[in-house]
Amino acid sequence: MSEKKVITIALAGNPNSGKTTIFNNITGTRQKVGNWPGVTVEKKEGLIQKFGYDLKIVDLPGTYSLTPYSIEEIVARDFVLEESPDVIIDIIDASNLERSLYLATQLREIDSKVLFALNMADLADSHGTKIDAEKLSNLLDVPVVFTVGNKNEGMDDLLKEAIKLAESSPDKRENRNVKYSRDIENAISKIQCLIEEKARDRINYKSRWTAIKLLEDDKIVKERFAEKAGAAGEDILEETGVLRKSLLNSFDEDPEIVMTDDRYGFIAGIIKEVRTTTIKKRVDVSRNIDLVLTNRFIGFPIFIFFIWAMFQLTFTFGAYPMSWIESCVNLFSSYAESVVPDSLFKDLLINGILGGVGSVIVFLPNILILFFCIALFEDTGYMARAAFIMDKIMHLIGLHGKSFIPMLMGFGCNVPAIMATRTLESEKDRILTILITPFMSCSAKLPVYIVLAGTFFAAKAGNVIFSLYLFGIILSIISGRLFRSTLLKGIDAPFVMELPPYRVPMLRSLMIHMWDRSKIFLRKMGGIILVGSVIVWALSAFPRHVEYSADYSSEIKMINESFNMKIANADEKDKELLKNERIAAIAEIEKAMNAEKTEKSYMGRIGKGISPVFEPLGIDWRGSVSLLTGFFAKEIVVSTLGVLYSTEGQEDKDALKNALRSSGMTPLSALSMMVFVLLYLPCLATIAMIRKETASLKWTAFSIIYSTSVAWIAAFCVFQGGKLLGY
Amino acid sequence: MLLSELKEGETGVIVRVGGNGALRRRILEMGIVKGTKIYVDKYAPLKDPLELIVKSYHISLRVEEAAQITVEKQQHQD
Repeated sequence: MSEKKVITIALAGNPNSGKTTIFNNITGTRQKVGNWPGVTVEKKEGLIQKFGYDLKIVDLPGTYSLTPYSIEEIVARDFVLEESPDVIIDIIDASNLERSLYLATQLREIDSKVLFALNMADLADSHGTKIDAEKLSNLLDVPVVFTVGNKNEGMDDLLKEAIKLAESSPDKRENRNVKYSRDIENAISKIQCLIEEKARDRINYKSRWTAIKLLEDDKIVKERFAEKAGAAGEDILEETGVLRKSLLNSFDEDPEIVMTDDRYGFIAGIIKEVRTTTIKKRVDVSRNIDLVLTNRFIGFPIFIFFIWAMFQLTFTFGAYPMSWIESCVNLFSSYAESVVPDSLFKDLLINGILGGVGSVIVFLPNILILFFCIALFEDTGYMARAAFIMDKIMHLIGLHGKSFIPMLMGFGCNVPAIMATRTLESEKDRILTILITPFMSCSAKLPVYIVLAGTFFAAKAGNVIFSLYLFGIILSIISGRLFRSTLLKGIDAPFVMELPPYRVPMLRSLMIHMWDRSKIFLRKMGGIILVGSVIVWALSAFPRHVEYSADYSSEIKMINESFNMKIANADEKDKELLKNERIAAIAEIEKAMNAEKTEKSYMGRIGKGISPVFEPLGIDWRGSVSLLTGFFAKEIVVSTLGVLYSTEGQEDKDALKNALRSSGMTPLSALSMMVFVLLYLPCLATIAMIRKETASLKWTAFSIIYSTSVAWIAAFCVFQGGKLLGY
Repeated sequence: MLLSELKEGETGVIVRVGGNGALRRRILEMGIVKGTKIYVDKYAPLKDPLELIVKSYHISLRVEEAAQITVEKQQHQD
């Protein structure tokens, strides 16, 4: 048992080939989800024991090809080249044989040990397509195993075959590969000879494969080749350039294009041999569903309904478990309140850690539900249709149709919204969507609008709030177009998108999907959010001893004494009344004390210190302190305002409104503040998520600076412009 | 004629895939190569993108992308 060697098995295949299902079947819950080094492409692997072997299963990103045009393809190819897995299982979608074989021929060319899993052949069979697996196996000299992923059939056979292949001696099957046109083959062998001659010992890839890639002008291979082969490499690259030019002349086409044609020609030959199609009059369920779901007239209404349902489920239905978690956290903190002796630690525990992490962990139900819905959309195949319907609109901003879902979720909460950008394939699209999603006004900002607009715009509050939302959307469109033409330049990701057949989703896969995402969120809680909460707490809790402008404790004492006297002299009837009066009077003073404490805390001092920055926006120091605390979570802006205007805990619901009105705030400065709240830097949890999903400090910092600058400029325009207009 | 000029329900045979760079390569790699039959299944509700059937699977392209592909229209035969 001690000598057991780990066999690495990589799963390759087209998107929608059923690769993930097979991976889930094989590894079950023993999966590790992470990122491939340096990129945000998800990496999944699982370690299992089977038939006395330790098997490491690595799920490569789903790709159609191995050309270096997308990160997914580069990641998949690099893994095959550099990590040399013992076996590659290529999952071939039986109803998509030609396109699956395109990837297969490329995997064969690299010359690693490949095994085909002919997946969903039962489905192809019912559609009247029969595949002769034996012949396919003979023609390409690759073992073929039948599997039905969603019925969990053929998994053991697949692993048995993979182990057998891994244990077999290195193969020497050179001649079952694609034969290209004669001129191309000549060029390949010329380059191959040169490589063998001059750089054999320096290149660790197969010489034929290297020659093919050089002839295809593959940038990555060229770079690595030049690096490793040194001076000899330069000669070879030069020679390749000459060959490419002469091929371009004779074909009137780039060699790589001719080679793609040749590969499909080769595949067509195989298909002729192995596939028989009987004309069967069949009902194509998938197309019938599409007749409804992407229908010209009702496609949009249905789409809007689904999105509405997802939104409702996530935020309305999710509010129930949210409040349970909230009460759990409260229960916990009141327990801590009663058990832990008064100390700095207690304050840290309750107000810092529990308060901070508690205010973010309440989003967990939202995230679970949202990702369940997204997994449902993806696994059924509806996500591709949603992108299909929305693409025209999103394309106006320079985005892909799929960006719609994260942006829309932004209205609920930016944290899950930014996590949802994972569904976008192109990294540029992902970053662009992440940058503009925070302009979608999230639900935590709504309380701020309600208080400010409700106070200063009364009957028109609804219109004002609606305009704010609209303003956010317009700014995100403008920003999107701006970034697309500057920072994230380049053509939009092409919309070459497969519309896979609709499938019945598997609960297990939905659960795994949902759980993976939520784990990422939970892990954040223990990290950056915890640290952030403690910092914010420290800023508002220190310094511990504040020099108060008035002697509050002696004031309280005086009140107590005077009331005690009055109570002693009063009749029984008035005693209760007086007692209540005393409580109110003391509360009044405590509030003033709290306000002063907040004002004199570091947070308050910083707020006051930076208030000159907010002056041109018509926001006073109280406003700037609350905006600062809003970094923690946007809804806190309201409660800080409450503390600063000493209205917290007051029975009168309109207390804050009255205080705001009498504080010198005008409708115009309120509007300016709302605009600022709409646009300025996202909350801590969102920033943590941006950092995670862009995997770049640079983009995170950019997002913070950009949104805050836009917020300042917009609020400045509103306030100063409004003043000029005489409001 | 161009693929983008075909109407819903019409079939063409690909003559040439134009355009350049990654997009063209991608289209070819998805099996949209010379000589392949391509069927226009439908246009999206906003007339862009369009859904095609090629090599027995469904794929969608934007109209501007489909305009890079030259096809020969086939007469309908059932």
